[in-house]
Amino acid sequence: MISADVSRAEGFTPPGPGDFDLQPLFGGTYAFAKPGLQLILAAVLVFGFFALTSRRAVMVPGRAQFAGEQAYGFVRNSLARDIIGSHDFMKFVPYLVSLFFFVLINNLFGLIPFFQFPTFSKAGFAYGLAALTWVLYNGVGIWKHGLIKYLKLQSIPGGVSGPILLLIVPLEFISNLIVRPITLALRLFANMFAGHLLLILFTLGGEYLLLESEQLLYKPVGVIALLLAIAISFLELLIQFLQAYVFTLLTAMYVQGALAEEH
Amino acid sequence: MEGSLNMVGYGLAAIGPGVGIGLIFAAYINGVARQPEAQGRLQSIAILGFALAEALAIIGIALAFVL
Repeated sequence: MISADVSRAEGFTPPGPGDFDLQPLFGGTYAFAKPGLQLILAAVLVFGFFALTSRRAVMVPGRAQFAGEQAYGFVRNSLARDIIGSHDFMKFVPYLVSLFFFVLINNLFGLIPFFQFPTFSKAGFAYGLAALTWVLYNGVGIWKHGLIKYLKLQSIPGGVSGPILLLIVPLEFISNLIVRPITLALRLFANMFAGHLLLILFTLGGEYLLLESEQLLYKPVGVIALLLAIAISFLELLIQFLQAYVFTLLTAMYVQGALAEEH
Repeated sequence: MEGSLNMVGYGLAAIGPGVGIGLIFAAYINGVARQPEAQGRLQSIAILGFALAEALAIIGIALAFVL
């Protein structure tokens, strides 16, 4: 209730989606803003990290090589191998490893000073990334089964027969081929967007209550809000990691589903 | 008081996925407590269930801003 009273009484403007429209760094029609820069930087960082740590790979790994192998092994073992299965997971490990660390670094930009903007809180970038995954798992399925059989596998679950198919087939088709990439993109986008909005709200609100509010009683509330903002930052750190994990996990699951003989 | 009624609606809509995600992780914790060695298998299932339940909340937040 306090925040509602404040916004009514003293003209505090709460942050909204408009705060995510950044000023372009340069360029007119095809303006280039901070998120674009972060995307490129993240790609360079991921490539640089793995290139540096694996360039002089030796039998007994040094400190850098060990870090690189741990990072690679985490995605390779806990995501790719456990989900896609030991038969043909190796083909997808490069994509999954780069995807995981690319998303992770882009999410971490939300907390790193001077960036402080999670790239995927702009929906367009998340759509692009999900489209890549969509092309991958459909491509893999069509390459393995052929178009007709793949569509059949994706839209008819095993063990279903009779008139219920009339209901199941369109549902499965829409769910597996159309809704999947959309929810994949929106999940990443919405989590980053909502988390960042929450952080803005607590920091701006706390600053307002502490420094600009006329009421003396509101000042301790401002301190609490700022402390909570720090706590939420740690929660965000967890969510940023989790979302990168979930994005990669779902990509691996979709690939596995496209490869499977039985639905 | 100002603001959008959409956000109240989204708050109500988020109850469902919230309960669902809670149930999923409750079952996951139970499962791991009973059989710790099954954690690896249960984890990916739990996160898949979490992602599916969360999809409802995500559709909700998208619609809350779009409508």
